[in-house]
Amino acid sequence: MTLNALLFQALNGLSTASGLFFIAAGLSLIFGVTRIVNIAHGSLYMLGTYIAYSLATKIGGAFGFWGGIVLTALIVGVIGALIEIVLLRRIYRAPELFQLLATFALVLVINDATLWLWGPEDLLGPRAPGLAGAVEIFGRRLPSYDLFLIFIAPAVLIVLHFALAKTRFGRLMRAATQDREMVGALGVNQAVLFTSVFALGALLAGLGGALQVAREPANLATDLVAIGDAFVVVVVGGMGSITGAYLAAIIIAEVKALCIAIGVVNLGFVTVNFSKFTLVAEFIVMAIVLIARPYGLLGKPQGVVRSVAEPEAPIRPATPMLKVLGAVVLVLLLALPLLAQTSPYVLVLATDVLIAVIFATSLHFIMGPGGMHSFGHAAYFGLGAYGAALLVKLAGFPMLAALFTAPLVALLGALLFGWFAVRLSGVYLAMLTLAFAQIVWALVFQWEGFTGGSNGVIGVWPAAPFNKSWAYFLLALAFTVIAILVLRRFLFAPFGYAMRAGRDSPLRAEAIGIDVKRIHWLGFAIAGCVCGIAGGLFAFAKGSISPEAISVSRSIDGLVMVLLGGIQTLVGPIVGASVYAVLQDTVMRQTEYWRALLGVIILVLVLAFPQGIAGALSALSRKLGRKPGGAA
Amino acid sequence: MNDAMLSVAGLQAWYGAAQILHDVSFNVGRGEVVALMGRNGAGKTTTMKALMGLVSRRGALRFNGADIAGLRPFEIARLGLGFTPEDRRIFSELTVLENLDIGRQPPRQFADGAAAPVWTPERLFALFPNLGEMPNRPGGRMSGGEQQMLTVARTLMGNPLLVLLDEPSEGVAPLIVEQMANTIIELKKEGLSILLSEQNIHFARLVSDRVYVLEKGEIHWQGTMAELAGNLEVQRAYLTV
Amino acid sequence: MSVLSVRSLSKTFGGVHAVNDVSFDIGKGEFLALIGPNGAGKSTTFNMINGQLTPDSGDILIGDKSIAGMAPRDIWRLGVGRTFQVAATFGSMTVVENVQMALISHARGILGLWRPAASLHRERALELLAQVGMADAADRPSRELAYGDVKRIELAIALANDPQLLLMDEPTAGMAPRERNDLIKLVKALVVERGISVLFTEHSMDVVFSYADRIIVLARGRLIADGNAAAIRDNAKVREVYFGTGKTFQETAS
Repeated sequence: MTLNALLFQALNGLSTASGLFFIAAGLSLIFGVTRIVNIAHGSLYMLGTYIAYSLATKIGGAFGFWGGIVLTALIVGVIGALIEIVLLRRIYRAPELFQLLATFALVLVINDATLWLWGPEDLLGPRAPGLAGAVEIFGRRLPSYDLFLIFIAPAVLIVLHFALAKTRFGRLMRAATQDREMVGALGVNQAVLFTSVFALGALLAGLGGALQVAREPANLATDLVAIGDAFVVVVVGGMGSITGAYLAAIIIAEVKALCIAIGVVNLGFVTVNFSKFTLVAEFIVMAIVLIARPYGLLGKPQGVVRSVAEPEAPIRPATPMLKVLGAVVLVLLLALPLLAQTSPYVLVLATDVLIAVIFATSLHFIMGPGGMHSFGHAAYFGLGAYGAALLVKLAGFPMLAALFTAPLVALLGALLFGWFAVRLSGVYLAMLTLAFAQIVWALVFQWEGFTGGSNGVIGVWPAAPFNKSWAYFLLALAFTVIAILVLRRFLFAPFGYAMRAGRDSPLRAEAIGIDVKRIHWLGFAIAGCVCGIAGGLFAFAKGSISPEAISVSRSIDGLVMVLLGGIQTLVGPIVGASVYAVLQDTVMRQTEYWRALLGVIILVLVLAFPQGIAGALSALSRKLGRKPGGAA
Repeated sequence: MNDAMLSVAGLQAWYGAAQILHDVSFNVGRGEVVALMGRNGAGKTTTMKALMGLVSRRGALRFNGADIAGLRPFEIARLGLGFTPEDRRIFSELTVLENLDIGRQPPRQFADGAAAPVWTPERLFALFPNLGEMPNRPGGRMSGGEQQMLTVARTLMGNPLLVLLDEPSEGVAPLIVEQMANTIIELKKEGLSILLSEQNIHFARLVSDRVYVLEKGEIHWQGTMAELAGNLEVQRAYLTV
Repeated sequence: MSVLSVRSLSKTFGGVHAVNDVSFDIGKGEFLALIGPNGAGKSTTFNMINGQLTPDSGDILIGDKSIAGMAPRDIWRLGVGRTFQVAATFGSMTVVENVQMALISHARGILGLWRPAASLHRERALELLAQVGMADAADRPSRELAYGDVKRIELAIALANDPQLLLMDEPTAGMAPRERNDLIKLVKALVVERGISVLFTEHSMDVVFSYADRIIVLARGRLIADGNAAAIRDNAKVREVYFGTGKTFQETAS
């Protein structure tokens, strides 16, 4: 590796940084004012590339390209405004996680809409008219367009910075970031403010996406990749800091470029291919930054966000009715193998549902009572699944031994990651857990020799007598029932109360001798361990495990299940997981555009039941039980 | 009352499912300082928030000749109803001048066409000299008393006709409380109406013309400040020791 | 011997001396008020004593043990209870569960995974609630309580580990005069009965003058006065920086 090569890669990194900056800046602005983490921001970025492609190829020429980029930014801005007006405006008062759910549903809808409009092929746009050539730098040829990208990001940064600091719009945005209700009470129309902020953020994402049109093909997987990168950039830079976003974009892009530039290195005893670390690199940067500076490089501790969610009711032991209901469900499930003799698929689906229930219940354990909103629960699912599969394949464990050891593998991972995660809270915790999940994912993806890489581990079938689908179902049922009852017991024990105490009021908890971080760390570990059971069961149920099964979307599935069921109830995750697993299965078999359909269903549910299904049911039963007009 | 700046009849208000105000009726005349008194939880803050449209409410609400019952907070503020919340809610990242700018609104007139007092940062700095010494200090780095002054100044930047002052004496040192009292007297001289929510009778006595006593979301007593000062029975029942 | 000794305590934030060389003591059973203008350093002093802030220099002693820089939970284990300016309870629990948590923690039972928490130390928790007059509300969700009642629950929580010192940050903030009086009367009765010392900050001069055994005054980070009610009331410096003319609070003869 020469110095020139290193410098050249550094320039390359700078041009990549510009794309990261545009999407992260928009995400950050929107979060600042509306307090919504817009997961669909990656989708807007992706739309930018597609729309710019169409304009550049349909209109053609310099105008089609350059005019197209400007027009694309405006179009995406308008789309953003429409999203805000039609959807988000209705859910500003809903709990934070519901807003995430809604924007995630948008990801699904936009992805399928893009598929429908542009088809599944990658689409590479034309070269930039006027900047099609290359300049020679450090002995290599750098495309002129890349050079242009290097300069446009700081230019936009300066404009944004000036607008925020010196204009009334900027002052209003900063004020609304802290207390939007007060801004309204001072005579400012918040609706207009929110819509314009959302449109501005969307415009930036669209611009970032459009600028990529001459560099990278439009691709349907861009949305989740881009949002993952943007999360990392925003969190590293500090939520709400545009300059921080730029700084973070550069650091991350440069670290990646460095990995590529270093390439394969022989360290004497082992050969390391650094270019393979690019996937993990940004998350390692993020983990390091968050540990040293919990609010990111230029971020400030988030002020107390005025909470609008209803406080949670005390937990009570199960009512006789709930116990009877549980027993009935259990009996029905035990009888399911008999009832389903004619359609074996029912048992396969039912096993999937049970796995989803364990997954969601363990996630709820830390999300609800612990107040830790993990966006990376798939990590522990993956550790359990890969743990079980590899123990069988490489260490020759029998199935049951593997199933019992898998949770321990997940436990070790959760102890390690949790130690870092509990030092943060809120959005930062969510992002760090996501980062850890991506690290696990990248490890299994890239460590081909051990994990089988993208092919995964295959041939992990259950041993007799569990090789019959009814027997495996009953085994899964046993694990599920035990997992649910044990977690429930923990929640009613002092440990579970201490976890809630730490969530309700960390100051008060510390003032009565509770080590809140330690309690939450142990809670995190317990949840990870139980989640490992679900992973182990999954590996044997499918006969294989691949990186796909432990991707971001599994973590998101878990969130959807918990929220759907209602985070404030203990049976919520069970209901939510069951409904969602069945729904997903049904919808997937109905249409090619199942993602969009699922997205629409989630949106309807979010708008109709802002407290989740179980939450809505208990609210209903409270209403029915109460005498009319009987406010205490 | 014909010349009422603000008239409220049968006001009910809720926090979520809980009804806080049951039947509140009162009015504030032009240039009048009216105190809403009562213990914590009686509904004073809720009354103010209900007037601003910040909680769900029902009832007949008229302000400066306009019906404000169905309006949103920013629309109500734009009619000249100013609100200074009890917890001040200063924008801590913004400087004093920037905080003032957020409150800025065009000059306005009373229903009869008379011009309302117009406020500028310079005028406000004359009223609150402390603020004038720190125009570029971020709100988060000010003391409680300074923040209390800033929240009033910020509301005045909207050139209001009537100001809702929620517990201006709460949690600040006696010296600041005294300054707040002087400010209120000053504003009254300018022709503004003020609805004050207060628990401290010594403070209310210095500034108010009339008093309504709230208890459990209803008005339990009304009269002039002088009457209340002489009525130890009411004071004992609803206010003091 | 003093229950709490504060020795030459200092803390600087960004070059500003928030607390500057402050020293005072609290004797056993003493009811000591800490007053001063907003921004005088009361909260900073308070937060160094309760462990939320680490002093830059100086020392804080409980008995003869230095607690400067110790975590709040460890200070609590030494017998220091506290209440917050904005009352803090566990909103998702019932009233009695709130007190039970403190008792469970005191008995070092927090890591218990099996026996239901609601069954532990319930009797003792009910006794404490009875002492603050809240026994009737034991099984109500604490989030439903009126603010004055939440303050009483906090008091019961603070008493759960038999403290020798109680730190109360503006105990009557946000309360009506009558509630204020009731609460402070209750605190006074309980601490006299148990011989607990109390350090409290307060803006209500009625409360301070009527109940404090001794008053210390902070201004711009420095201790400017230390004495009984009469001495503080007549202190010209305190009048200048804090009381003003005194017409906004009642001059109760003591």
